Amino acid sequence: MNRQEIVEGLKGGAVVALSSSPFAVLFGAVAVDNGLSLPEVALMSATVYAGASQLVGIELFGQHVAAWLIVLSIFAVNFRHVLYSAALTRYLTHFTLAQKLLAFFVLIDPQFAETVRRAESGKTIMLEWYLAFAATIYVPWLTFSIVGAAFGAMIGDPRVWAIDVLLPLYFLGIVVGFRRKPNFYPVVAASFIGSVLGYQFVGSPWHVSIGAAFGVLVAALMPLSPPPGAKTAKAGHS
Amino acid sequence: MNFALDPTTAWLIIAAAAATYLTRIGGYVLITRMSSIPPRLEAALNAVPAAVLTTLCAPAFFNGGLDIKLAMFVALVVSLKYPGLIMLAAGWATAMLCRHAFGL
Repeated sequence: MNRQEIVEGLKGGAVVALSSSPFAVLFGAVAVDNGLSLPEVALMSATVYAGASQLVGIELFGQHVAAWLIVLSIFAVNFRHVLYSAALTRYLTHFTLAQKLLAFFVLIDPQFAETVRRAESGKTIMLEWYLAFAATIYVPWLTFSIVGAAFGAMIGDPRVWAIDVLLPLYFLGIVVGFRRKPNFYPVVAASFIGSVLGYQFVGSPWHVSIGAAFGVLVAALMPLSPPPGAKTAKAGHS
Repeated sequence: MNFALDPTTAWLIIAAAAATYLTRIGGYVLITRMSSIPPRLEAALNAVPAAVLTTLCAPAFFNGGLDIKLAMFVALVVSLKYPGLIMLAAGWATAMLCRHAFGL
């Protein structure tokens, strides 16, 4: 039983590790290019552990921006995690406090998405599955950040090997997986429009918060679906 | 290769990590302080995964060249029927073909 949980976690995590490792190498390379040392690259990947925000932080390191502004920017890019931990809490009620604190430390985009998908398929989220999945992403992320820092100059342009398309494709696949959820199409349409507008008129990384706010707001304003079992009693409302 | 750990940089990284961890437990702290979750808040929380993940790929599609648009379109069609790794491979192969065979 537990062994099965661990195997499933390792398998799921491997897919994510495969698509995120090129970004770890990219991060390590860009970080060294912006003046970070190898131990500093390792420290950042090990403690911040949030790809997009790490790249944003590194971008600002290189421009000698005030320290508090760098921290604030990273906080802003990562703000979506507040929504993640709020939405995930109901699936982790059987964890102890220490287990929850550890679980939230590794709560990255794919970890959140896969946990929701697993919980919605009717499975209980076991600590073994959760941590096996997390470790399979965390260890390669840290390792390949260091590899990137050491050999960064060798990878050259990520476009040549189409590495730049992997992450958007991965996230697209997860979105498609949610297509049977209530309000899926209006939410995705609102987020799409919101993030594109945010990207054009405010700039990255704010498009993430703006787009997410559009989608979540639309979901909150949609007519509430009747609770399960109440369908027959409802009339004239769909 | 530089192996030195600069204290100022190290503290800056620790501060960034602390800020990130705050966002990762923030939602948990807020939601456990409520006695019950209002239905509209629950509907909003249910929409979080699709809403956020859409924003992580929409600008890539909208601003990307024909290569990215085609790769994402192929991946979208493939993902309706096949698991993640096959979708990833199909999209990646499309982008490689576009760039190296058709020069897009």
